[in-house]
Amino acid sequence: MTWDVVLATLAAAIKAGTPILYATLGEILAERTGILNLGLEGMMLIGALTGFLICSMTNNPWLGVLAAIISGGLLALIHAFLTITLRAQQVVSGLALTMFGMGLSGFIGKVVIGVPIAGYFRPFDFPFLSQIPFLGEVFFQQDALVYISYLLIPILSFWIYRTRPGLHMRAVGENPATADAMGISVAGIRYLYTFLGGCLAGLGGAYLSLAYTPVWLENMVAGRGWIAIALVIFASWDPFKALLGSYLFGLVDAVQFRAQALGLAVPSFFLNMTPYVATILVLVFATRETARRHLGAPAALGIPFAREEKT
Amino acid sequence: MSKKFFFMTIATLALLALLVTSCAPAQPSTPTPTPTPTIVPSPTTTTPPSPTPTPKFRVAFIYIGPIGDGGWTFEHEQGRLMLLQNVPGIEAKYIESVPEGADSTKVIRDYAQQGFNVIITTSFGYMDPTIEVAKDFPNTVFLHCSGYKTAANVGTYFGKIEEPRYLSGMAAGKMTKTNKLGYVAAFPIPEVIRGINAFTLGVRAVNPAATVNVVWTNTWYDPAKERQAAEGLLDTGCDVIAQHQDTPGPQQAAEAAGKYGVGYDSDMAKFAPKAVITCPVWNWGTYYVDAVKKIMAGAWTTNQYWGGMKDGMVSLTPLANFVPADVKALVEAKKAEIMAGTFDIFSIFAGPLNDQTGAVKVAAGVKMTGDEILNMMWFVEGVNGQIPSGG
Repeated sequence: MTWDVVLATLAAAIKAGTPILYATLGEILAERTGILNLGLEGMMLIGALTGFLICSMTNNPWLGVLAAIISGGLLALIHAFLTITLRAQQVVSGLALTMFGMGLSGFIGKVVIGVPIAGYFRPFDFPFLSQIPFLGEVFFQQDALVYISYLLIPILSFWIYRTRPGLHMRAVGENPATADAMGISVAGIRYLYTFLGGCLAGLGGAYLSLAYTPVWLENMVAGRGWIAIALVIFASWDPFKALLGSYLFGLVDAVQFRAQALGLAVPSFFLNMTPYVATILVLVFATRETARRHLGAPAALGIPFAREEKT
Repeated sequence: MSKKFFFMTIATLALLALLVTSCAPAQPSTPTPTPTPTIVPSPTTTTPPSPTPTPKFRVAFIYIGPIGDGGWTFEHEQGRLMLLQNVPGIEAKYIESVPEGADSTKVIRDYAQQGFNVIITTSFGYMDPTIEVAKDFPNTVFLHCSGYKTAANVGTYFGKIEEPRYLSGMAAGKMTKTNKLGYVAAFPIPEVIRGINAFTLGVRAVNPAATVNVVWTNTWYDPAKERQAAEGLLDTGCDVIAQHQDTPGPQQAAEAAGKYGVGYDSDMAKFAPKAVITCPVWNWGTYYVDAVKKIMAGAWTTNQYWGGMKDGMVSLTPLANFVPADVKALVEAKKAEIMAGTFDIFSIFAGPLNDQTGAVKVAAGVKMTGDEILNMMWFVEGVNGQIPSGG
């Protein structure tokens, strides 16, 4: 492998990791307040479609992204209503949301099958920073949505660990009863972050349809939402580790095809399954009770909250 | 608590009910007007929903994927729409995303029991179910795509996509500067392998020094992954990217890198106008119209239809404007031979043919038979890549 190929591989890993990164960050927000939302795949699909639809109508990718964010959030509100207000089973509601998103996006999306868009996010050299050797080529010759994700990580991290609202958010996820006694609105906070989580998932979907492969195809997210759900555990609910995990997955993808192209004798089936094997290993390792505690899973994750009720 | 539980259950059920209805295949086929530029101008009206007293001639299509896949099923759907337009007074229903195997048996039987006159099953895996159901419904005609089993009332049909693939290879072989071409391959099955071989033979007919480098994605349908695969090929020096999947991902990668590509299945030029040289594409509609007309007239007998460019079953989209005139002339000349019947799929797979190691597989003067071509599981000389075994 020449040096150029290495740089290209790393840059490609970031691109491939970005949609997963957005979705993972979104899920972290929701899970931090105790809401498990398995509807990521559905929200990403709706985001990808809405973004594409709006962009094809207005020719403005930023409007598309805005629409994707809102639509992802709105879909998440269905989950929020069912699980927070009606206290439905989070797993069931989340799965239903995924199927709903798949069906709805496929149905509505028929009008834009085979329609190209002219205005989409193209990579550009970030002023000044792209000149840095190595780092510049890998990190700063990307598109605008990738740059935004760089910004989002420290912001979210600061928000979660260093601010008062972030403390409230974590309190709701760890011990809603205590948070409630402190006068924090458990339901309000859960609604808010489930919504924001949906927004980020929608943005992740829009990255696929507006930047990476500007096209709409039914079910184009192709399972990335599920990888993101596994990554949340891998990342132990931490934005920086989510970045690491997403890029690692992106790297597996990027490396496998370059290895094949270079004629390295590794069976393609084996290479293709590596992301999923990694997912399973991460889950096996991370879901053991001790590991969960060690990793810092929100204690109230998946448990509906009702005042005055023993859980 | 029990009250809450009750609410929760109701809510979940309500959402599930919504799902089931929204996911249910579009049984009463209402063709949605698609703005897509294709061979068929999309009809804006549908067949009248209310049953007319006179019994209609009814056709049913079983699809493997969603009609929104932009590729395989999408093209069959275009064929169905063309059928509706060209054969008056018929009804043509479709059902999407039917899994192969037991599920499909049920679906096919269901349509047969409803009294459909023709049932068209559009995926290889529907072969055995189609044959099985056909035994019980001797008066129904079944048309199965890409299979090899027939019966008195079961015919098969497929196309020689290798002909336009060969032509696209010729154009690609002329456009490459690095003499390294990339091929984003789907699954290691004969259909994909002979496509790669036909492309490679086309490339090397005009450029014997060129090689075709294969990367497997093991997907039909994951734009991001297929783009990633194309990027891998581009990063390692390939400058023309051909593909077998239905998504324009690889072509978009080629355009972003300032290189060229050859699409597949439907015209992908609109997604990457600066990159796409041409695309080998399917036109199922011509066959559907012919076959259904014959069946209606009672003139149909079972057959294994294998249509080529000459029959209109497959074609090559016009070469892009950036392709030099001499390359265009070269491809057009070969295309004229195919249309005249002097060159066809058997001329493509005619000896001498060597395998990857350079060993002679087909001796000079020998032509491969149709069966040999359809079951090809080896790469010709000039392909770099392995066929994964044990898949």
